[in-house]
Formats: sequence, structure tokens, C-alpha cells
Amino acid sequence: MSGTRIELRTAPHAHAPVDVPLIMRHVIYALLPIVAWSVWLFGLGTLLLILTVTATALATERLLGGEGGERSIRDGSAVITGLLLALTLPPAFPLWMGVVAAVAAIGLGKMLFGGLGMNPLNPALVGRAFVQAAFPASITTWIPPLGAERFTSVAPSTLAPPFLRPEGLAEWIADQRVDAFTGATPLGLFKFDGVITPLRDLLAGTTAGSAGETPALLIVACGLYLAFRRFLDWRIPLAVMAGVVLAAGPLHLLDAERFPDPWFMLLSGGLMLGAWFMATDMVGSPVTPWGVLIYGLLIGLLTVVIRLFGGLSEGVMYAILLANAATPLIERLTQPRVFGAARRKE
Amino acid sequence: MILSFLRGHTFSHGVRVAHHKEQTASRPIRRLPFPERLILPLDPHIGKPAVPLVRRGQEVVRGEPIARADGWMSLPIHAPATGRVVALEPMPTPRGPRRPAIVLEVDPADTQEMGWGEPRDPLAMDRETLIAAIQESGLAGLGGAAFPTHVKLSVPPEQRVDTLLINGCECEPYLTCDHRIMLEQTDDLVTGIRIAMRATGVQEAVIGVENNKPDAVAAIRAGLREEDPIRVVVVESKYPQGAEKMLIKAALGREVPPGGIPAQVGVVVNNVGTMAALGHLLPRGEGLVERVITVAGPAVRRPGNYRVALGTPIEFILRHCGFEGKMGEFILGGPMMGSAVSAVETPITKGTSGVLMLHEREIEAESRPAEHCIRCGRCVEACPMHLNPCELGWLARKREYDTMAERFHLMDCFECGCCSFVCPASIPLVQYFRIAKSILREQAA
Repeated sequence: MSGTRIELRTAPHAHAPVDVPLIMRHVIYALLPIVAWSVWLFGLGTLLLILTVTATALATERLLGGEGGERSIRDGSAVITGLLLALTLPPAFPLWMGVVAAVAAIGLGKMLFGGLGMNPLNPALVGRAFVQAAFPASITTWIPPLGAERFTSVAPSTLAPPFLRPEGLAEWIADQRVDAFTGATPLGLFKFDGVITPLRDLLAGTTAGSAGETPALLIVACGLYLAFRRFLDWRIPLAVMAGVVLAAGPLHLLDAERFPDPWFMLLSGGLMLGAWFMATDMVGSPVTPWGVLIYGLLIGLLTVVIRLFGGLSEGVMYAILLANAATPLIERLTQPRVFGAARRKE
Repeated sequence: MILSFLRGHTFSHGVRVAHHKEQTASRPIRRLPFPERLILPLDPHIGKPAVPLVRRGQEVVRGEPIARADGWMSLPIHAPATGRVVALEPMPTPRGPRRPAIVLEVDPADTQEMGWGEPRDPLAMDRETLIAAIQESGLAGLGGAAFPTHVKLSVPPEQRVDTLLINGCECEPYLTCDHRIMLEQTDDLVTGIRIAMRATGVQEAVIGVENNKPDAVAAIRAGLREEDPIRVVVVESKYPQGAEKMLIKAALGREVPPGGIPAQVGVVVNNVGTMAALGHLLPRGEGLVERVITVAGPAVRRPGNYRVALGTPIEFILRHCGFEGKMGEFILGGPMMGSAVSAVETPITKGTSGVLMLHEREIEAESRPAEHCIRCGRCVEACPMHLNPCELGWLARKREYDTMAERFHLMDCFECGCCSFVCPASIPLVQYFRIAKSILREQAA
């Protein structure tokens, strides 16, 4: 007995078998099918883009992380930021711009605020917003899915040297032998030409768009996996979708010519990817039950407003960033009712 | 609402924990021998410490009062064994490393029969005499809090208490002593409840038992008489179901207001172990000298439920039940709220429900460094008091204790530990709150 060392710690002496790296690992698992589908749709160039962006995100995290850099690499959050950022970029986005986006995402979006857990805004979207402002032409240049040469050649824009105008993309697209490619996303087609993309293409993702935002069905399936494993808050995507339906539904009923039906709004653009994988970023979303609901509805509403009344065809990114910024305020207004307190507060 | 109806009575939030009860749940209560020395702190209960009635060198008989209650909020102490007082000095106790205590050397030659007590009928006493008799028995809440039972049972008439709620949840992992008591001491338990109902003057008693103990539910139901206004309510197995406010919500659907006590919603809550002890002691006119504890955990060779003399040092239990390993953590109570002891001489007191032994492997697994909060909100979903541990944690790190109390209801935290249990970043949230609360209490004093 005398040889026994006594350990002294405070209660609780048991712990749930879930830690931060585990959560992050499962988010990465859930993103992999989307990555794979994205490479299948858009080919080699997109694979290069995803690898470059993710590697840059990791390198930036390691470099700016200082002492704790190694530990913050191990939690896997930088990989998620890298993958998510790459999935929101156009599939033939120049690689060097991808590097800029990733440095901005991790550097400006995350490390500047103090690293994991301290970032008020979704880092991947900060990176995307940065390149949206810096490279407005490249960020809206799309290539068709399922091009014939997509695994044997890379779009010229992908390998464009820094600060030079990428050339020859139109010819490369022509080589892909894809029927009737207009160079616009379903949202762009609707906004500027009034064309509605068939539902089947929206579900499968066989449309123009950012690398990983198009396959709506697959994104929902991957998101549901995380929701069932309780690694994401299912109330957020639900609230976002409810917000879209609540905003787009009445408008569509009012004027079906000008305003598309809620189905189209839900399945086009980055809405699904945003709702399931970006809005649910734990750091930037509220922790209070009512806060989560308001936050999600706000994102849905803002997305519809930007898409239908703004200058841009897509609004998910700004909607989420705005809601991220509103999170502290939302949380302040929605503190939970303490057990036993009267239903009506103060 | 519908889900809770299907699952049985419960409260919202809380956590699912691995029960680990199979290790001891089927092991009948056995008596542990007496150690050579018993350490009896003068404050094994909440309230004023008892006043010693004995001198050094004095011989005492098992059951004899050796310290008297110091006023209303205090309890007497009875000698748990026949022997000799060898010291009156500060000793390590569950409440601190050096607290005044009586040290008793057990007479190895004695038969250790109860040498004290006068049988009587508690149900024939008037309420005042009954309450006084309960205080004389030295009984305190055996569930862990060790609040003097006679104080709990003396309800001022203006509070209009209508229900006696008996806590048979035992929601802490590993612990099964209450479970065994419900099975083996059903008669004592029912007698105790009748006595407590008489003392409080309530019309109805409700026993809340978690649904992972169906045999206990059956045993109690079989032990009740048709005319007893006592019923068993089966509640969901969830932590912290056995917390007073949670059980009141689950079994009776009433919510105790923040900062309030159960009497405000017409309820008095007592633990099953306390009621069984009451039913055993009062008719015999004896004092509380022993209790049942669960000895469990991965590091113990002979786990089980043991009836031990109060004052038995943990060291003796370790030797008797077999501890394996070079490094150990010895926890008094369950793993969720129990406290680790700093010295193996620490004795079992009235509020000790178990001794949990962990060794290197579990200690290793639990020593993860704290990381940054990622605001996942699991703590908010776990907190049974519906506080915001996430926000409270941030404020604690900034030492904004006043804001924590004024705007985020810190003082309603009862330290169940759910927030720390679920935190994926291993942030010791509940420890932050304990510190914050004690700092605020010191400032107020």
C-alpha cells in the first residue's frame, strides 16, 4: 500500500468518448465522397486544385501556428478549411489563385483571430470572399462537367502563371465536346437568361458550378451522416432550408415568372454545401437552441434576397458570413431559459 | 414531449453515461470486518460540528454517543465499535486534510454487538418527539450530501409540503449500494418512509427509481401494503436523474425555481438509503454507526457492496478488497461528482456512498490536455439546469465572475459535471465553475 502513488483530479472522472480530432476526422470523411464526385465531374484540374488548396491551408496553419502549430495541424481543422474552400472555387480556377485563397482563409480568417475556436467567420468563406474580390473574372469562369478530355488534359486556366491573363480556355472547352455549354451556372442562367435547369441535373450535380457545390443529393447524404453521428447540428441546415422556402415560396406564388420555385432555390448554387457544411461550422454558429434557429433562418432569407434582388447571382457565401458576424448578437438575445425560471423572461 | 412520454418520466438535457453497474449490482451486501482504528470527524454532516463527550483513553461501547449535537443544525456521533478513544486531533477527512476528529482503537476481543439503544414505536410518537428522536439517531442524508435528516423532515407548516419524494435513482455510474438496499432492506425502507411521512405530515410518498433497476421496482412494490399511500415511479436512466431538482421534475412534473428549495414546490426529497436507515434505527432507538458502500472500479480485485463501520479508513478497504497497481486514484462517491482523496487514511463518513478505484490506464485516458473551445454547443445541450456553460467558460477564463453570476446564472449550477463530461476539447468547465462560485462566496462573506 505504501508504494502506491495517489492521483488527485477533480470530478468528473469519466469523459464522453468524443474529442475535437474525432469530430474533425468525421467531417473530413463526410467531405471525401463530395471531393470524389467533384473530381469525377470536372477532372484532373479540379483534383490538382483541391490538393493545392488543402496543402496550402495546412502549410499556412503550420507556419502561422508558431509553437502550437503542430498540435493545431493534428486536430484536422485546417484540412477541412482547405477542402471546403477548394469545393467552393470554380473547377478550373488557377492554382496560384487557389494558393492565395488558402493563405487568406487560414491567415486572415483563422490565425489572425487566434486560431481554432477564435475565428468569428467561417475561414473557408473568408478565403473565398477574398479571391472573389481579388479575381472577379476567374471566380466566375466555369467549365462544363463530364468533359471528354477531363482526365487527360487540364484546362489552361488551371496552370496559368501568376498575374498573367489565362488564355485558350474557350478552345479547351470546345475540345470537351459537351453539348450546349453556355459558360453559366444554373443560377446565372436563371438570373440573366431566365432559364431553369432541370431538377435531375441539379440533384446529380451535372451542371456548371463550383467544384463541389453541384451534387445536391450527395451533399445531403454526407451531411445526414454527420447529423446522425451528431457531429453537426441538424437544426442549422434545416433552418437554412426553411428560411429559403419561407422567403422564396411566397415570392414564387406572387410572380412565378420573375421568381423561381423554392425547389430550384434549394438545389442550385452553393446552398446545400453551405447549409450542411459551412453554416454548421461550430465556431461561427450560435450555441443556444433558439439562436441556432434564428441563425439558420437568417442565412436562408439573406441568400434568397441576394440571389433575387442583388447584383450577384449567388448569395450563400455572404449570407453565411453575415450570419456568422451576427452570431454574438443572436446569442445574446437567445440565452436559454434557466431550469425552473418562469416561462416569460424578466 | 412525446419522446419523453414513450421513454418514461425524465427531465430535459443531461447525458448518457456508461453505467458500469454490472460489476457489483448482483453482489449482495456483505459486512466488512472492523479495522484496527476508526477515524471519526466531528463534521461528517452539513452544519455545525458535534461536540465531543469523551476524553482520551476513555472506553466506549458500540452505539454509545461520543459527541453531542451542537444546536439544531448539528448531529450527534455514536461509537461505531467497542474500544478506546486514543486521540482527539485533526485528521484527514473527506472535507479536508486536517479536520478535528475522534480516533477510536477497536477492541479486537469484543463481539461488537450493539450495546446501546432502547426499542420504541416511532409511529406512536408525536411529531416533535419524533423529530428529536431522528436527530438523536445522528442520521444525515446518505446519498452524498449528508444534510441532517431531522432538519429536512421538519417542514414549517406554512410551506405546505404535500409529497415525500424518495430518491432511488442512483444515477452515478458504478454505484449499486442503493440498488442493493432496495432489494435487501425493502422492509426497513418502507418503515422508514412511513416514519418520514409521519414526521413531515405529508399525504403521499413517491419513490423514483431508474428504469435500469426493474428488480428493485418489483421488490418495493411487493413490500408495500394496499393501504400505503406510497407509489413507485419509474424514471429514465439518465445522468443526473438523481439530482433533487431533476427527479422532482421527472417524477412529479414540478420545477423548483432558480435558487429555490424543493419545499417551495411542496416536496421533501430523501435518499432510499437514508429512509432504510431511518426504518432500521428508529424502532430500535439506535444511532447511525455504519452504512453500505459500493467498492468498485477497474482496479479493485473483490468489488461489491459492503456494510462498513463509519470511520473505516480507505486504506483498510483497499487492503481488504484488493487494489491492483502502482498508481491509483481513489474516489469517494461516483465518477461524475465524487472527489478523489489525497490520503489513504481518509475515513468513510455518513455521506460516502462508495469507493471507486481507478488505476494507471483510466488515469491516462482521463488526462487529456484542455484545448480551445470550438463552440460545438454540446455543453449547452447537456446542462440539466439549462445554463450556457460555453459562455460561462469564456467568462471564467476572463475572471468575470460577477457577470457569470448576474447574467448567466452561475449560482444555479449544482456541479453535476455534464458539461465537462461531454466537452470534446476536455475543458474542465465544472472545475472553473466550482472555483468561480467559491470566489464569489468568499467575496460575499
